Amino acid sequence: MDVKIKNLTFEAVSDAVAEILKISETTLPKDTLAAINRAAAKESDTIAKAQLEAILKNIEIAGEKSVPICQDTGIFIFFVEIGRDLHLNFDLEGAIRNGCAKATETVPLRPNVVDPLTRHNTKNNLGDGLPEMNYAFVPGNSLKITVAPKGAGSENMSALKMFTPTEIPKIKEFIVKTVLDAGGKPCPPVILGIGIGGSFNQSAKLAKVALLEKLRDPDAEKDPTAENDSDIYDEFEKEILDAVNDLGIGCMGLGGDTTALSVRVKKASCHTASLPVAVNVQCWANRHATAEYNGGGN
Amino acid sequence: MSKTHYLKTPLFETDISEINAGDVVYISGTIYTARDEAHLRILEYDEESKSLPFDLEGAAIYHCGPVMEKKEDGWKAVAAGPTTSDRMTKMTPAVLKNHGIRVLIGKGGMEGLAETMSRQKCIYLSYTGGCAALAVDMIQKVNGVAWEDLGMPEAVWELQVEKFGPLIAGIDTKGNDLFKDVKEKAIASFQKQFK
Repeated sequence: MDVKIKNLTFEAVSDAVAEILKISETTLPKDTLAAINRAAAKESDTIAKAQLEAILKNIEIAGEKSVPICQDTGIFIFFVEIGRDLHLNFDLEGAIRNGCAKATETVPLRPNVVDPLTRHNTKNNLGDGLPEMNYAFVPGNSLKITVAPKGAGSENMSALKMFTPTEIPKIKEFIVKTVLDAGGKPCPPVILGIGIGGSFNQSAKLAKVALLEKLRDPDAEKDPTAENDSDIYDEFEKEILDAVNDLGIGCMGLGGDTTALSVRVKKASCHTASLPVAVNVQCWANRHATAEYNGGGN
Repeated sequence: MSKTHYLKTPLFETDISEINAGDVVYISGTIYTARDEAHLRILEYDEESKSLPFDLEGAAIYHCGPVMEKKEDGWKAVAAGPTTSDRMTKMTPAVLKNHGIRVLIGKGGMEGLAETMSRQKCIYLSYTGGCAALAVDMIQKVNGVAWEDLGMPEAVWELQVEKFGPLIAGIDTKGNDLFKDVKEKAIASFQKQFK
């Protein structure tokens, strides 16, 4: 948790949302920073090493000055967990939207939201269906709001494919091909969120949620954060990471040892005739932050 | 062995002819941001033989959509890293043909442009993607803005920079393309892994 929501009011939630947006845009989560540091330390290519060092320096400056790490401050993806026992007597989504508009002005953030066809910019990062809201109900009386600002450079390189059940051996090739085609465009070193199973749209959501998971140290033998994954998914992550890094695309597509910092896979059960696979590409600026209200119980 | 070059705008053919792909470059002077919508509009103006509100002769174009803040004494750059250059690849040959642009700055490379760049005497310089705070440290002043109606990211911002870099020469005027070389190796690795 990065910010505590003091009480359940429109204003408090709106303020907390503006605050986590600022934190997410100006600092990186510790696990991501550690992964970039590991990559820089072991890089053997001179150009790539200089690029990674520039990235680390940039993160340092952004933190010191409280300015955005990247000028593409993204569109805002929210994951909201609502305690089942919670009583909300105000417009929660309105409060979140209000916080987005506020942060856009105060941080400031780049107004990125446009109409898909007229390309008219709304100037406050609010639009039809944006910010994206994902709600889930959880036991208890807490409220947890996570924001993940998503830039277009990496999002544009994402892919989804509906495989047939006999094509399981082709999944890895599809994922590696997605990274190959992306080249330097998504600002590598990237993080790959992979969603396997579910429906067409569920697989894409799983891929996005996977990006929120703690990054695994590629040198660690076993995923330390794995809870429900069986060994085949754990092994699969490692296998994809090795295959992707073997491409040698490197930092910014200029060549180098690390093309991906981490691969995270999330699965859902699917139709017996289906096998959806989604790859959500994330740049090194793996931004997210969380605000929480704890009702006191549970 | 890679060399380091220091450029100053306005740029001439001779300034860039010795730069090889893989070299390190720093640029000082004036650079103009331009991305998707600005490229489209430049071509519209060219089509109608209208003169542009900025001078691209000997210019450096920066593929960037910055975060700007309006202060009492004018605009201030808050965050200004590079955007994905490849979105501009299709429009670039026509823009280069119509204007004497000598340097493009961006990230991720521009596929299949090496021949055009060689013909038009222009080089492509790669700046580390996402390094928006670092870039601002090298922007001394925002001299002005054109086509503000396109919105903050898409407008053309005139930036005064001092030793902007380090930039890596991705495409030189001799037909070399560092990104293409990396991609070819990546394709070879892919084919080995999956065939």
